[in-house]
Parts: sequence; C-alpha cells; structure tokens
Amino acid sequence: MYRYDEFDRKFLAERVAQYRDQVRRRLAGQLSEDEFRSLRLMNGLYLQLHAYMLRISIPYGTLSSAQLRGLAEVARRWDKGYGHFTTRQNIQFNWIKLEETPDILAHLAAVQLHGIQTSGNSFRNITTDPFAGVAGDEIEDPRPYCEIVRQWAALHPEFSFLPRKFKIAINAADADRAAVKIHDLGLYLRRSDRGEIGFAVTVGGGLGRTPILAQTVRDFVPRRELLAYISACLRVYNQYGRRDNLFKSRIKILVQALGIEKMRQEVEDEYAAMGDEREALALPDEAVAAMQAQFAPPAYADAAGDDAELAQAAASEPDFARWIERNTRPHKQAGHASVVISLKPVGRPTGDCSASQMRTVADLADELSFGEVRVTHDQNLVLPHVRKSALYDLWLRLGAGDLATPNIGLASDIIACPGLDYCGLATARSIPVAQALAVHLAGREAAIGPLQIKISGCINACGHHHVGHIGILGLEKNGAESYQITVGGSDGEQAALGGIIGPAVAAHEITATVDRLIDAYLRLRRDGEQFPDTYRRVGLAPFKEALYVAR
Amino acid sequence: MLLDRDGAFRADSWRHLADDEADDDGESVTISLRRWQAERERWQDRSTPLGLRLPNDVPPAAIGAAVDRFALIVLNFPRFVDGRAYSQARLLRGRLGFRGELRAAGNVLRDQLLFMARCGFDSFAVDAARARAEDWPRAFREFDLFYQPANDRRLPILSQRLRAWQGAAE
Repeated sequence: MYRYDEFDRKFLAERVAQYRDQVRRRLAGQLSEDEFRSLRLMNGLYLQLHAYMLRISIPYGTLSSAQLRGLAEVARRWDKGYGHFTTRQNIQFNWIKLEETPDILAHLAAVQLHGIQTSGNSFRNITTDPFAGVAGDEIEDPRPYCEIVRQWAALHPEFSFLPRKFKIAINAADADRAAVKIHDLGLYLRRSDRGEIGFAVTVGGGLGRTPILAQTVRDFVPRRELLAYISACLRVYNQYGRRDNLFKSRIKILVQALGIEKMRQEVEDEYAAMGDEREALALPDEAVAAMQAQFAPPAYADAAGDDAELAQAAASEPDFARWIERNTRPHKQAGHASVVISLKPVGRPTGDCSASQMRTVADLADELSFGEVRVTHDQNLVLPHVRKSALYDLWLRLGAGDLATPNIGLASDIIACPGLDYCGLATARSIPVAQALAVHLAGREAAIGPLQIKISGCINACGHHHVGHIGILGLEKNGAESYQITVGGSDGEQAALGGIIGPAVAAHEITATVDRLIDAYLRLRRDGEQFPDTYRRVGLAPFKEALYVAR
Repeated sequence: MLLDRDGAFRADSWRHLADDEADDDGESVTISLRRWQAERERWQDRSTPLGLRLPNDVPPAAIGAAVDRFALIVLNFPRFVDGRAYSQARLLRGRLGFRGELRAAGNVLRDQLLFMARCGFDSFAVDAARARAEDWPRAFREFDLFYQPANDRRLPILSQRLRAWQGAAE
C-alpha cells in the first residue's frame, strides 16, 4: 500500500489549514455561500436535505486498517455512528456539522485520508479493480499508476475549474472490474508486442441523463507519456467543453458533438504541440519503479497445503460452503483467497457500515489480511489476502458482526444511491426499494444466479441503473414517485446500456415487475448465460411481452 | 486596484479602451481582440506600450507571433467557476512564449489566486478593500508543495523526490 512521505504529509497539512481558514472566513461572513460552495465541494462537503454530507476519498478503493479505524472514529464522534460506502469507492457521512469539518479533516489527515476533490468540477477519486494486485488475470498492478495520477490530479492549477466533474478509472486485467466505459476518461493497461507497458485511453463515458459509453481515443500511450497524454485530453475539454448548460457540460457531450474522429484529432494536435511540457510531465522509469515498490506484495506464508483443509471444512458445513462459493475470489498466491464482505445484509440499507463493523473489519484485516482492505464500486468491502486455512474462523467472526451475508453478485447484492432519504438531488427514494427487493428475492437468488440490480433515485444515476442487468430509476411524476425500469445493461468489458421496458411503474409494482422480468430471463436463458448475454441474444421484445401479457 | 503575485498592491497604470474610445499619445492602453483584428495596422506601430484583452473562448494560437507586440495581456474570468483562462495562460506562457505581464480580470477571488499564479499570471485585478480585509496576499503562500509542473518554475514533488533519490544513490 502507498504510505505518505514527508512531501505528502506536508501538502495535506497545508490543505487542512487552508480549508480551516476558508470555513473561518465563511462563518465570519467574508465569503458568500456561492463563493464558499465551490470551496467546500472541493473538500467533499455537500449540503443535503437534513445536514451536511462529507465525502471522504478512498483512493482507488484501498484502505489500511488504520485508515478504516480513522473512518470509524469519524462515524462515532462526528456522525450518527455509521458511514455509507459509494459506487465510486468513497465513503460518505450524512450528519455532519460545518463548523466541525476542519477538525474531522485534520483527524483524517493523521491517517493519510482527505476529502480533496470528492466533489466539484475537477478530477474525482481515481477508481480501479478492487482485486488489483491479487487478481490472476492482471497484466500488471494498476495501483502504482492510480497513485501517480492521483498525485498529479491533486489541486491541479489548470484543471480545478473544468466545465464539470471528471472521473478517471484504470483497469489492468482481462476482465473489466472498474466499469471503465462509464468514466469520463478510462485507462486500460496494456503490454505492447515489444513488451512495453502503456495504456489504451478512452474518453466520453458517463451516465446521468445522457448515458454514453466511452470510445477509444488512442490504442496505446506508453506509460512514460501517461500524464502528458491525459493533460492533452483535459486541455481540449477545459477549452471546448460546454459551460452554458450544466446538463451538457460533461466531456461525453463534447465527444458526441465533435464525433470521436474530430475529438481524437484535437487531442492529438494538442499532444503534438506540447513540446517541453511533455518532457516536464514524463514519467521516468525510476519514478514508476519507486511507486511500484510501495505496492510490493506482502510476505505471504507458504499456504500450499491450505486447500485440503478448506475443502474439509466446507464439506461439513453447507452455510460456510455457500459463503466460500459466493464471497471469495481466487488469488494469485497459492493457498490464499480474496474475501468480499457483504455490506448488503438482506433488508438493510445498501453500503452502510457502522463504526463497530468498521473496527471489526480493521481488526480482521490486521490479523488475517496484512492490514489491507478494499472498497468495491458495488459498495462492498474486500479483505484482499486471506489464507485459506483462516477462512472458517473469518467467516464465523464476520457472521457475528452481521458481515457474512453470502450474496455477492446475487439479486440481493443491490447497488443503490442514498436517494430521497438523504440526497438533495433525488426525486425518489432508493433505499426502501432496494430493501423490499432484497427481501423479496433473497429466497430464490441462488436459483437465479448472478444478477445485478442497480437503483438510482434520480436521473444523475449515482446508482448506475443504466448498466444494471435490471436497472431502476426513481422519478417524480405529479408529486408521486414512479420508477422506470431497464434491462440488459452491463458495466463489464462488454459494457452496454439497458433498454427501457415500458412506462414507469409505481413503487408498489416494482417487485412484481422485477419478478416477471426475472421469470422471463430464466425461461429464455441458455446454459451459462447471464442476464446481459440473454438480452443481447433475444433483444428487448420478449421482456416487454412478459410484462404486457401479465397486465 | 491590482495585486501582484509577490503580494504587493499597486494602482493600475493602464487605460482599458472601449472599442469606440480614442487613445491619447504616450499613454499605455489595452484594446479588445476585436479591435486589434480590425485595426491591426493602426496599432501595430504604436510606440507606447500596448495591451490586449483576450476573451476566454479564443485560443491563444489566434494571436500567433503577434504576441510579442503586447506588453500586457488581460485574461478574463467571467465567473470564478469558468476556468478556461487557466489553459489560455499556460498556452500563452508555455507555447507562445509570452514574456509580458499576464493579468487576471473579472471574478477574481482569493482562493483561486495561487492556481492562477501557478498558470503564469503576474497580476490580478481585485477589489482592494476586500483583498486587504481578507489578507489575499497570504493566499500565494498557503502551499509550499505542488504535485504538478506548471508555469511558475516551482519544482514539483516528483522532481524533488527524484533528486533526493539520486542524491541518496551517489
């Protein structure tokens, strides 16, 4: 894991001091709310329906146990005892007082965490595969590049007032576990025929009211040129992205307006003209090597014999076997596994985690996973390196903390935004819809198999509904909540936007509608197909028909 | 009133001509880009200092080699959240090699000053009373360390690290 050096520590201390002074000036009336708004947003502080919400950055979803304890302390001392993990691998605290935020950020700075650019029209948290560094299908660990980009993007002098927010994701494996194609800028790590490491660069992905998947702007940028090339993309966007209409200001709209050919030409022209600047931004091999050393694998035990022991434990305890099947993932190292901790106990708000649960996970990470924790974009946690012989003990202890629900990737592992229960932008509730669906589907989710249900409480699509196998979008019509349903979306390497199945339905009709869609899928699917595969093969019509016949 | 990047306040010695306003001999004036383009021959050989006001939706490349003609270029921030002039400043400095005074005007606020200075601005058109009351000069000193190379010749953190590692290796 990356540890701050004296430069990073001093930089963050300066940032906290600057923010403390900004809050002081706001409270003294020197700054108008309009002026202060963009400053607080640049530190992750939103004004929501009931209170301020503070969003803390979890860089590329990687946490140390000490950092998780730091977050637990924020939940306990300054919030109502819990936090909410988000689809961008961050955490949000929903009951914050403005005047306490400088102290909260100072407290978090001590564990090398911050709220820098978790909102505002600049670079947001860089996200990646939650199994980075341990997945078997990885070309190279993406985290050193995530950290390099994170540092470069922090308080960028030229790009802190972009037309709109800017999200970057990096994926380094065959499978895309970072939802790269729904990001403003995406980086797929590649190894060239000559063995050189570089990146395919995509631009213009995003959800919201105009969902668009990203397109490739360049097939291969050598890693040395990574920051220079990103700069060229950003400079084109900063100059030509629309600023007259909030809803048309993301880079995807610019790419759509120009077309990818013209966009590519603009970026390449800028890149070619950069000259000296390219040299100043070049990443020397020794800088990459030094960063890679920060992410060196931990000292794994020789655990080759663990598989037999695990098989024996699983054979005698079906519930444990189910959890192993659902909640663990293969690991590069023999005798080890990555464990996904479900933050979706059936019937509870998705992604919420109490202070005591955070401390439990931190303790388990110290004991069993080299002090490391990951946050996934589907709002769960991961202990990335657990010896297989320790899994049984881990399962029992997670269960005691209500953290062992065996539902990863299944129907009750729902992504949902906070919705109208918290969010000032929401037009409908998401949490109760997710709770009702999870309770309703939990009984048959094992028979259904992998299924991603994603729920957003407004058109901004924080719940990624467009790329859910089944997507649910909460709207407000004539003062009542209604829900538009899509099918067949996917956020993986074959990313696709779902198709709308018909008119929006009322909240009480959602479970019946989803049931019929699932029934249709089960009827239509061939061996080995997941929902998006079936949808790709049969199209929208059979799903529409299933609803029409029922009506 | 103007605030300089070194934190000093000074009066603005330039007159900013409207497009239909006549200039006096011997005074330093700025003109709009439109006027420069329409009356270029008239202004080209003027012997006293000339400044240009560049709107934030015009790429600096549009001025081209004529950039050397200007002793001052004024870039505009219509609203502080409109960040186009940051890129314009960097291109004027880095690509066109502009060596004159680069000034930020419009909705210029304290908490953007350091970003602007890093992008190559030298001076800032500010409300002096407010700028003094809120100690705006201190905004330039709120950070010692920066992660990016920019146009202020500060050594970015990565370069400082590389230097330290090389020192350790020798």
